[in-house]
Amino acid sequence: MSIRTEEMVLNMGPQHPSTHGVLRLELTLEGEIITKVVPHIGYLHRCFEKHCEAMTYQQVVPYTDRMDYLAAMGNELGYAIAVEKLLNIQVPERVEYIRVIMAELQRIASHLVAIGTYGADIGAFTPFLYCFRDRERILHLFEITCGARLLYNYIWPGGLSHDLHPDFVRLTREFIKEFRPNLVELNNLLTYNRIFIDRTANVGILPVETAINFGITGPMLRGSGMKWDLRRDDPYSVYHKFEFDIPVGEGKMGTVGDSWDRYYVRVREMEESLKIIEQALDQLPEGDVTSAIPKRIKPPVGQVYTRIENPRGELGYFIISDGSTSPFRVKVRAPSFVNLQIMDELCRGHMVADVVAILGSVDIVLGEVDR
Amino acid sequence: MIYEFFYNLIGSEIIAGFIAASLPLLIFILPFALVAVLLERKVAGHMQDRLGPMRVGYHGILQTIADIIKLLQKEDIIARENDKILFNIAPVLVFTGSYAAFAAIPFTSAYIGANIDLGIFYIIAVTGLVVAGILMAGWASNNKYSLLGAMRSAAQIVSYEIPTILVVLTLVMFTGTTNLMTLSENQTAYFWNWNILGGPEFSLAKILLIPFMIISFFIIYISTLAEVNRTPFDIPEAESELVSGYHTEYSGMKFAMFFLAEYANMFAVSAIVSALFFGGYHSPFGYLGNTLGIEWLIPVEQFFWFTFKGVFFVFVQMWLRWTLPRLRVDQLMTASWKYLIPIAFVNLLIVGIITLL
Repeated sequence: MSIRTEEMVLNMGPQHPSTHGVLRLELTLEGEIITKVVPHIGYLHRCFEKHCEAMTYQQVVPYTDRMDYLAAMGNELGYAIAVEKLLNIQVPERVEYIRVIMAELQRIASHLVAIGTYGADIGAFTPFLYCFRDRERILHLFEITCGARLLYNYIWPGGLSHDLHPDFVRLTREFIKEFRPNLVELNNLLTYNRIFIDRTANVGILPVETAINFGITGPMLRGSGMKWDLRRDDPYSVYHKFEFDIPVGEGKMGTVGDSWDRYYVRVREMEESLKIIEQALDQLPEGDVTSAIPKRIKPPVGQVYTRIENPRGELGYFIISDGSTSPFRVKVRAPSFVNLQIMDELCRGHMVADVVAILGSVDIVLGEVDR
Repeated sequence: MIYEFFYNLIGSEIIAGFIAASLPLLIFILPFALVAVLLERKVAGHMQDRLGPMRVGYHGILQTIADIIKLLQKEDIIARENDKILFNIAPVLVFTGSYAAFAAIPFTSAYIGANIDLGIFYIIAVTGLVVAGILMAGWASNNKYSLLGAMRSAAQIVSYEIPTILVVLTLVMFTGTTNLMTLSENQTAYFWNWNILGGPEFSLAKILLIPFMIISFFIIYISTLAEVNRTPFDIPEAESELVSGYHTEYSGMKFAMFFLAEYANMFAVSAIVSALFFGGYHSPFGYLGNTLGIEWLIPVEQFFWFTFKGVFFVFVQMWLRWTLPRLRVDQLMTASWKYLIPIAFVNLLIVGIITLL
């Protein structure tokens, strides 16, 4: 007698606790082993790119916040740099420094969410709240600067909406001082936890060639051992003035490019970001932050592509100007969208529980995937 | 005592025995589960740098009562595709399984639900009902996540029963009894008589036994953690993977039954571990009742120590839950079959040899 067997199709999401938003993964299972993963996206599509064509350049800024909502400062920075390049204007030194400080604080906040939710995906709920406790302090810093906690509308083409709060420098230094021991605590609690290592090391190994072929960027690419960071390799703003290392995956607990490496690259990037912020605070020049903001943005006919290193990878803006006050076309190269494509490659042959571990290490934000 | 009272009142051995075995437990377990749920949330809160429930009553002490009232008011949802009979039986079966285990656990020297000679094996057998209940729940829900959760749960409980039984065997061999009442009684008063410190008899064997008893304790504690589905073994209800495993489809009081059973189970295994290794209901420092010559004080003290030890181990379970991540299914199996079972087996042999000396 032969028993008829068939593979089970399991829909993970769009309502699922660990798809980090409204992502649907169509898993094909052989028992608990995965044979195929198809990500279905588009549940959060808001026509960002089309909207831009109907708005002036200034009006686009708040919309960029809503793409990668965990790294809104980075999105604004990328857009501002693109428009400035299109207009060919220089911004004051102070603006550049404040932008770097904000972008790096945002990187820490974003990585804290990535790390915390990753821990929660693996089953350790406590580090998640410890991470959010620290992130809260960064959000407070943003709040005293521009009044918003998530969607800032702070970095404008040509300048900033507000200057720093008088207490900002002091509070940031305090935060850095208190955050360093917390990072050690996080490492002890989660990073070097035996069970955590068992769950993540040698899971979802991404060889560097595959990563390059898929166009993977950011901590995922660095986790595979490639030293590629736009802050160093294609410097924008004032990043060339700071000393910092680029952490890469070393395969300390397993193979180079496994989930643990991707996770650990993020942890170490936070330390590097702290270094950058400290240097920027030390060198922070005086000046006006709003002087270079153009009253009316009407760039000449032309096109521009700029890219910056966002917490999730290379964020690129391609803008075509037809000489009017609205962009003719805006295209965003969203790192999460590109990184998500690797899911099938990484998950095959692993178990259902590993999908969660791999998806967490890819670290997507659906607002950016769908735009 | 209670048995005689009901026997005189009703005149039927069976009914009197039934009431004596179940009523005091029901009075104890239901409030205990309420307290344990609150304790869990408070422990979790304070470990995570927050306060936990604060709004209902002083520092949130009425929170679980409010939750139960909410659950009672909830609509009892049964989806069309569910297998209705199994779906309704499953929570009852799970609750019965964990509740029935209490019958053979001695609460004080004066009260045990049913003084069965095969007490410890009765407990292991009757908690097997829980597996059946969980499998039923997963199957009847007609939900892929529930089914995966139930399958994992069954595999897990079955694998971890083996190290548990091996450790129980070790103790049975060492003490010569399977009756939990006798087992507890042997470890009288003072903590140096506890089984974890080699039992009440002073000899060379006692000192030799201590390390192996400690190993036994760790094995049984780890495997009972897996049997009650607590972190790091909470794979059947792994929230981040399976939503909430076998009870995804349940709502209202049926869900509360699973919830209650989980906490009852946590206390049951803690009580068993303390009865096996930590003197059960016995006080570690002798009795105030003996010193003062007040007879009735002794059971009260014993009840206090019994609850204290039980709650302490429940607290450790919570502590682990809010500290550790979760293992994967295959790692869980590896931990049991490759490590716990061989160690428990060797341990059994060594304890046997030492006892023979």
